[in-house]
Amino acid sequence: MSATLSSSLAAALPSWVPSGWAVLDFPATKWAILILLLVMPLASLLTWAERRQSAMMQDRLGPNRANIGPIKLKGILHFVADALKMIFKEDFVPANVHKGLFALAPVLALAPVLIAFCIIPFGPTIYPHSFTQILDTTELANNPASPLFADSIRLQIFRADWGLIFYFAVLTLANYGGTIAGWASYNKWALLGGLRSSSQMMSYEVAMGLSLMTPFLIVGSLEPGFIVEHGASDTMSPANPLNWLWAGGTGWLLVPGLVALILFFTAAIAETKRAPFDIPEGEPEIIGYFVEYSGIRWGMFFLAEFIEIVFISGVIASVFFGGWQVPFLDADGFRFSSLSAQLGFVPLAHGAVVGLQILMFGIKVVILCWFQLMIRWTLPRFRADQLMNLGWKLLLPLSLANIMVTALLKLIIMK
Amino acid sequence: MSAAHHEDDQVQDGPKVLAETTSAAGKKIRTLQVVRPSPKDASFLEAGAKGFGVTLKHFARNFFLPLRKAAARAKAGAPADESLKSSIETVQYPEEKVTYPERFRGLHRLMLRDDGAVRCVACMCCPTVCPAHCITIIPAETNDKGIEKKPAVFEIDELRCVVCGLCVEACPCDAIRMDTGEHAKPTEERADGIETLEMMLARGIRSIAKQGGEGANWREKSRDTPDAK
Repeated sequence: MSATLSSSLAAALPSWVPSGWAVLDFPATKWAILILLLVMPLASLLTWAERRQSAMMQDRLGPNRANIGPIKLKGILHFVADALKMIFKEDFVPANVHKGLFALAPVLALAPVLIAFCIIPFGPTIYPHSFTQILDTTELANNPASPLFADSIRLQIFRADWGLIFYFAVLTLANYGGTIAGWASYNKWALLGGLRSSSQMMSYEVAMGLSLMTPFLIVGSLEPGFIVEHGASDTMSPANPLNWLWAGGTGWLLVPGLVALILFFTAAIAETKRAPFDIPEGEPEIIGYFVEYSGIRWGMFFLAEFIEIVFISGVIASVFFGGWQVPFLDADGFRFSSLSAQLGFVPLAHGAVVGLQILMFGIKVVILCWFQLMIRWTLPRFRADQLMNLGWKLLLPLSLANIMVTALLKLIIMK
Repeated sequence: MSAAHHEDDQVQDGPKVLAETTSAAGKKIRTLQVVRPSPKDASFLEAGAKGFGVTLKHFARNFFLPLRKAAARAKAGAPADESLKSSIETVQYPEEKVTYPERFRGLHRLMLRDDGAVRCVACMCCPTVCPAHCITIIPAETNDKGIEKKPAVFEIDELRCVVCGLCVEACPCDAIRMDTGEHAKPTEERADGIETLEMMLARGIRSIAKQGGEGANWREKSRDTPDAK
């Protein structure tokens, strides 16, 4: 019965829709799973975590009362309450706004961030047929066509050599969301916010892109998946637990690597438009480009901001901290031989390895999100001119110098 | 180190004047040095790291305090540790309440006579003295000749009341008191903020103060007393 149903279904569907195991390797499936299981829950939790964490930093309690009956969960349910409130609030559109652009702007702010997630490798390649066994890595290296490795699922939606360029291209579109919102709102403060947003984006994108040149020079690829796997391949024997940044063979490259990390992190926070770089919003003065928005349209800007935090954490985790790599964990088990001779090799089933690695990626992303929230609640806002000074006079020259240093070091080390 | 950084870390307002001369035309000429922040200050790295340390310390303390408390509880008999005291001062209101000061007044109440009737004689002292004009009394006659009046309506608008207590001071017969220590309840309608006679009587108790004076024949009684003129 079910066989006939599925076969008739398969016949009814167009030919490009995959069936069988290939459904799981289909980009839309992977995207839906990633967004629904990792990104959206994490972004929603961040709206609560930000308030609770800032409260803890300031010796307050923070939101802790939203409840369903007796279930309080330390206030986690606040994000459910917030979402319900925003969905059912009046969708107020002021007179004189440009109706089309006004409606388009929140979508333009939210959609690019969700699209950009395609480049993030959130786990290793899964071989479903050897899920319960220890992965035969020699067989995989010599005979990848073996039936054991058929129907592989790569836990990265979009793989291209220009992956990080794609990220820049797409996230720049997100900035149009803010600028168009400011323009369409028929409000001077919103327009100011939109202008500030685009000027900030313009000055920080440069330093951001240039700081990513360092990993590119060292690893030789702009593909986040490759950068992550680079940690485990040739130079990254299990002796190098994290990835290229900490790679023992390229010890001196750690210095420009760390500088690149700090530069990228700074520019990335500016890109999320959060304190200390929140002048496009500038809540005490102009309220920013979404001043005329209410209800779920405002919620989309709000959510986009938090999804951007998760995305930035994913990029930093992948490029600088080895993404889904677990220290000492190879595809077939733990190798502690570099640590101590007695421990040696601990074999692990493929399913367990994949689970650990996806969990590791989640942990890295959560820690980086936590760090971004810490920064947001520690530093006061920059003035617009300080922001420009920092971007053009400090970050840009530093990132250029960093590229030169990296290239020189690489020349010396590689002879 | 730039000019902005003196050893005593003085804050300088405006540019530093290096020299002041007078030109041939008699105009003042000043040579100024513009003070710019040092690269160390301009990068905000040091101050940012220092601030991060402060917030991190608070976060770590409040985050790990429940765990440390649980560990201390498991270790029974340990002396009270001052460092386990929470630095969060928040009082979670409906469940926890702060103790009010002894002289906090709170909502009004109307006292009762021995027979359970309201003590108030509608003398209008309290609406007269009330600075917020929040007391409304409509008097009515009584059959008792000694106490001629009683309040038919006694209403206090708690939204206007400034809780000064002058009505209590003015009351000649201990009919109104402000010692319940209760807050005016939050209401959705303004009208619900008005306390009626019945509501205030419900909070009242019998007063032991003597009321009613000498009774209906007070004139005769005072005539009888020798020192009355």
